[in-house]
Amino acid sequence: MEAVSDLNVAAVREDFPILQQTPRGVRMVYLDSGASALPPHGVVEAMSTYQETTHANVHRGVYATAERATFLYEKARLDVGTFVSASHPADEIVFTKNCTEAFNLLAQSWGEANLGEGDVVVLSEMEHHANIVPWQQLQARKGFTIKFLGITEDRTLDLSNLDELLDGAKLLSITATSNVLGTINPIKELSARAHAAGALIAVDGAQAVPHETVDVTDLNLDFLAFSPHKVYGPTGIGVLYAKREHLADMPPFLGGGGMIKDVRLDGFLPADGPQRFEAGTPPIAEAVGLSAALAYVSSLGLDAISAHHRRLTSYALAAIEEQLAGKVTVQGPVDSPQRAGVLSLTVDGVHAHDIAQVLDTYGVCVRPGHHCAKPLMRRLGVNATARASFGIYNDVDDIDTMIEALHATIKMFA
Amino acid sequence: MADLEELYREIILDHYRNPRNRGELEPPATRTEGFNPLCGDEIVLSLLVEADRIVDVKIAGSGCSISQSSGSLMSAAIKGKTVEEARALIGTFKQMLSLGDNDEVASDAEPAPINLRSLGELAALQGVAKFPVRIKCATLSWNTLAQGLDESGN
Repeated sequence: MEAVSDLNVAAVREDFPILQQTPRGVRMVYLDSGASALPPHGVVEAMSTYQETTHANVHRGVYATAERATFLYEKARLDVGTFVSASHPADEIVFTKNCTEAFNLLAQSWGEANLGEGDVVVLSEMEHHANIVPWQQLQARKGFTIKFLGITEDRTLDLSNLDELLDGAKLLSITATSNVLGTINPIKELSARAHAAGALIAVDGAQAVPHETVDVTDLNLDFLAFSPHKVYGPTGIGVLYAKREHLADMPPFLGGGGMIKDVRLDGFLPADGPQRFEAGTPPIAEAVGLSAALAYVSSLGLDAISAHHRRLTSYALAAIEEQLAGKVTVQGPVDSPQRAGVLSLTVDGVHAHDIAQVLDTYGVCVRPGHHCAKPLMRRLGVNATARASFGIYNDVDDIDTMIEALHATIKMFA
Repeated sequence: MADLEELYREIILDHYRNPRNRGELEPPATRTEGFNPLCGDEIVLSLLVEADRIVDVKIAGSGCSISQSSGSLMSAAIKGKTVEEARALIGTFKQMLSLGDNDEVASDAEPAPINLRSLGELAALQGVAKFPVRIKCATLSWNTLAQGLDESGN
């Protein structure tokens, strides 16, 4: 095995007890971090320590433990805001139950207040359903138009008609990194061009935030949604970043406790800031786990993580080209440095589920299917792909095992 | 590995590579579509039923080896059978996969003995039972058949 990066993968692997599991009796090769990254021990420990020492509801009790729980929850908000370089980290982060809910909040709150007949929202053909369906649901009630940026033959965003699509648009809502193709989109340019056209920009950071530095201030983003469990944190919590001035104008999303200033029998007054969008008891232990996850990722360094993913991706692409050319197709850019550690594979005559099933017997965990991106699948002309996605605990051994298993798959179905 | 070989028996791979009764039928044959949203499997089942007998059947669609071979095996098994016999076969097939009529997983109680020989080549799909996620692939064409028989008033 050769060293592939600045990350000490052997040491990192020690932090992930789950990698010692052998559900198929062989070394587990986890290549599904794009669906959900494994949590390191520190995240699990932070959550269980919170549960065993500090559990209380937040924003209510005055006793010491409740005060401490509230402190930890609000610290998590600050940590997330700082992680994405928000200008006002304590005031611009809303916790949701997942990244999908963050988009629903955006559509149901900002979209409800700002979109109507004659308005335009621009999405792209490479969006996850989370950034398509909430807009379609709202469209059915509000009657605005949804336009889609296409993709080119080299599987990058087709920007040739961007200005035309943005003309008169109120929002460009787009992924920073395709969860299928691994394509990294030019968000800074898109942000500038959206703003020049008078539109806001919302970014799906689910795949980008675990892979590279996402600085909402530098990118001048209006909204950013991401998924904590893809950044080595827990499930059950999602993040929506929104500029403070947008949050101030947005109506509440879900109603109930926690999101109000006052309630009378004839109406209510909503709370200010992020709390307006957090009805009911929030995911407190999950927020604590997210803090720990972001601290862990920061300790490794996002630059080192990006470099690690790039090296693994280059290694995998070269191995496929050398050994499996003409048999295995990579659905995404193959030459571009502008790609993340996501490899969607198709094999002629073999369905993705069959690929994944054979890989499973080698301990290789990949995701088969449409990856919640059916419009993109149709555009690619495939009904499913087997997707390998890399994390900080993967090394070239993992890729070698995947390649060996792909050979076996082809042999079995030839 | 043994489980994998049991899943991908040669008969299954053969029906996947060389599907039987491939295609669609013109009306008055009925046309029923089935989808497995989990992995995007699609089945289009054409049934020509005359005097309570399935006189012709065609299968189109795309998907994994299990869904497509199951459809191919099913088409070969039901062609020429009466509607009643086909319905009975749906039940026996699901029973082999430890499923009830509505695809609920059968209880832990000792399963009723099934006559695997009555299933003929379909018994090759028995290995799927060990891969719970793939059971939906195996049953897709059968559920489409049940729907098709209902819709054609049989």
